[in-house]
Amino acid sequence: MGEVSAGLGALLLELPRDCLGTGTAVALGPPLRTSPEWVRRVMEGAELAGKILSTWLTLVLGFILLPSVFGVSLGISEIYMKILVKTLEWATIRIEKGTPKESILKNSASVGIIQRDESPMEKGLSGLRGRDFELSDVFYFSKKGLEAIVEDEVTQRFSSEELVSWNLLTRTNVNFQYISLRLTMVWVLGVIVRYCVLLPLRVTLAFIGISLLVIGTTLVGQLPDSSLKNWLSELVHLTCCRICVRSLSGTIHYHNKQYRPQKGGICVANHTSPIDVLILTTDGCYAMVGQVHGGLMGIIQRAMVKACPHVWFERSEMKDRHLVTKRLKEHIADKKKLPILIFPEGTCINNTSVMMFKKGSFEIGGTIHPVAIKYNPQFGDAFWNSSKYNMVSYLLRMMTSWAIVCDVWYMPPMTREEGEDAVQFANRVKSAIAIQGGLTELPWDGGLKRAKVKDTLKEEQQKNYSKMIVGNGSVS
Amino acid sequence: MIAPSSQPPLSLAHLPGRLGRVSGAGPRRVTHHPFLLPAVSQASLLRLHHRFRALDRNKKGYLSRMDLQQIGALAVNPLGDRIIESFFPDGSQQVDFPGFVRVLAHFRPVEDEDTETQDPKKPEPLNSRRNKLHYAFQLYDLDRDGKISRHEMLQVLRLMVGVQVTEEQLENIADRTVQEADEDGDGAVSFVEFTKSLEKMDVEQKMSIRILK
Repeated sequence: MGEVSAGLGALLLELPRDCLGTGTAVALGPPLRTSPEWVRRVMEGAELAGKILSTWLTLVLGFILLPSVFGVSLGISEIYMKILVKTLEWATIRIEKGTPKESILKNSASVGIIQRDESPMEKGLSGLRGRDFELSDVFYFSKKGLEAIVEDEVTQRFSSEELVSWNLLTRTNVNFQYISLRLTMVWVLGVIVRYCVLLPLRVTLAFIGISLLVIGTTLVGQLPDSSLKNWLSELVHLTCCRICVRSLSGTIHYHNKQYRPQKGGICVANHTSPIDVLILTTDGCYAMVGQVHGGLMGIIQRAMVKACPHVWFERSEMKDRHLVTKRLKEHIADKKKLPILIFPEGTCINNTSVMMFKKGSFEIGGTIHPVAIKYNPQFGDAFWNSSKYNMVSYLLRMMTSWAIVCDVWYMPPMTREEGEDAVQFANRVKSAIAIQGGLTELPWDGGLKRAKVKDTLKEEQQKNYSKMIVGNGSVS
Repeated sequence: MIAPSSQPPLSLAHLPGRLGRVSGAGPRRVTHHPFLLPAVSQASLLRLHHRFRALDRNKKGYLSRMDLQQIGALAVNPLGDRIIESFFPDGSQQVDFPGFVRVLAHFRPVEDEDTETQDPKKPEPLNSRRNKLHYAFQLYDLDRDGKISRHEMLQVLRLMVGVQVTEEQLENIADRTVQEADEDGDGAVSFVEFTKSLEKMDVEQKMSIRILK
C-alpha cells in the first residue's frame, strides 16, 4: 500500500514536470520520494474520498436523476415510505400503551376547547323581555369577547397543526413524555438517519436541481421561438421540479388528472408554503406570477423567464392593481401561453383551513381551475411560519423531516356566473376547495397574521346592535 | 362533552416538565400566587398558558393592548375596547400570565361543590355571582369610582353603537337606563343598585365559559 501511494504521489507530480517542458529537471521529484509519512496518508485519504464521492454521484445519477428525466420511479421511495409508516404505527401503539389514561391531555387539533353557544346576537341578547337596551346586554358581549380571547378561529391557523400522536420528531414533541427505552432508541436511530443519511443526500439533490434549472432554462432560452423550444423548456422544468421534489422526499398523489388546468386558464390553490409551487409544477407547467426578488431567487426567476413566459412584476408595479390586471388579462388572452398559477389567500395558512380569497384574481376573467392541496402532517409539517422561521431554516426543517406527503385534487373548471360579483365568485371557489380538501372555511382575511382587522367589520357589528336597540323607533 | 372539573385545582408545580422549562412570564412565578390556586383547574391552566404564548407574538412574556386587538373576533365586538381595558387595571400597559388568568377566572362556571366547601374565612372565589357582576359593572364604570354616572353610560353606549345612532337617541336610552336602576336618586348607578336591578338574571349561566376536557 505504501509503495502504491508513493508511486501515485510520484505520478501525480510527474505530470507538471512534463508540462513544464523537456529538459527542465524541476526539483520536484527527489524530495517526494523521501516524503514524510503524513503526506502519504493525506494522499491516501484524498484518494479514498474521491472514490466515495464519485460512487456516490454515480448512484445519485443513476437512481434519481435519470429517472426524473423520464418521469419514472424506481420504487425506492415507496419502500422507504412503507418502512416509515410501519415504524410510526409501532411507535403510536407503544405510546398509547405506555401513557396512563388520566394524563393524556387531548390535543385540540380541530376540536374547540370551549363549549360554544353559536346563537346569533338577537337570540343571545333577548333574555327576559322585548327589545331595548338593557344593562344586562353587557353579559352577552363580554362572554363573546372572552370566548374570543380564550380561543379564536384565526390565530390558531398561523401556527403548526398539533398532531394527535407523536411522529418521532423532536419538533412535534409537545406533551409526550419518556415512555420506554426502545422508543427512545428508535428516536435516536431516526435522528441519525435523518441528519446523517438523508440530509446530505437531499442537499445534494436540491443543489443539482437548482443548478440544472438555471443552466437548462438559460440554454433553452437561446433557441428561437418554436414548438421545439416549448417542448424542451417543459422537459427542463419538469425534470428539475421532480429532482427538487425528490430532494424533499415528496410523495404526491394527484387525483382527477382529467381536470388538470389548461392553457389560457387560471389555476388557484390554497397556500401553505412555498413548496406548493414545486408540488404543482411537477405535474404540469404553469406560468408563475410574482414579485421580482434579489439574490438566488432573482437569478432563478430571470433564467426561467427566458425559456417560457412567466409574469414577474417589479415591486413598484405590484401596487398598481390596474397594471397587474391588465398584464394578466393579456397573458390569458393568448391561448398558447401556459395557465397562470395564483394563490388568492395571499399568505401561508397552516393547512387546516382556507381563509378569504382576495378578489383581485377573480376579476381577470377567464376560466378558473381550482386545486386543493392537503398535506399529511404525520410525516412532516410543511407549513411555513414566516414570522418564526426564515427561508433557509424552513428549508432545513423540510429536509430533516421524514417526508412530505400530500394529496392534490384537481377540480372541474369554474367561471363567473351572471349577476355574480367577484367577491361571491371568490367565495364559491373557496368553498369548493375547502370541501374537496377537507379543510374548514373561514371568512377572515389571512392578512390578520400581520395587521389588525378592518374597521368596516366592526361597524357591521355595531350596526346590528344598533338596529336592535333603536330599530323600530321604540325609544321612550 | 361537558365534564365538570373533577380534579382538585393544583398549583403549577405538578404540571409536566415541558411547561416548567418555558421562558418568560412563566409558571414559576405563578406558583407563588395564592390568589390563582382555586381559580382554575390544572388542565385549564395548561391550555390558557398555551393560549397566552400564542397571543404573545413577539415572545415578550407579557401581552399588550395590541396583542389583544389582533384577535379579529374581539376587535369587532362592540364592547371589545372595554374588555381589553379590563385586563389592564391601574393604568398598566402590560398584562402577565397571572393577570390574564385572573380576568378569565371570572368566567369559570360555578360548580355546586364550590358553594358547599365554601370556607367563610377564605376570600370569595373570582367566579362567584357577586364577582361576575362586579366584572360587568366595571365594564361600564370608566373611572372606577364605584358609580356609573349618566355620562359614563353615554360613553359606553357610544362605544357600542359607533356612528349608527344619533346623540339624542343615545341620551334618551342612557337617561332611561339610569333612572330605572337608580334608587337613591343620586343620578348614578352604584354597584348595589346594579346588582338589585339584575337580581332576576341568571348571571352564573350567562357569564360562564366552559372549557372542554
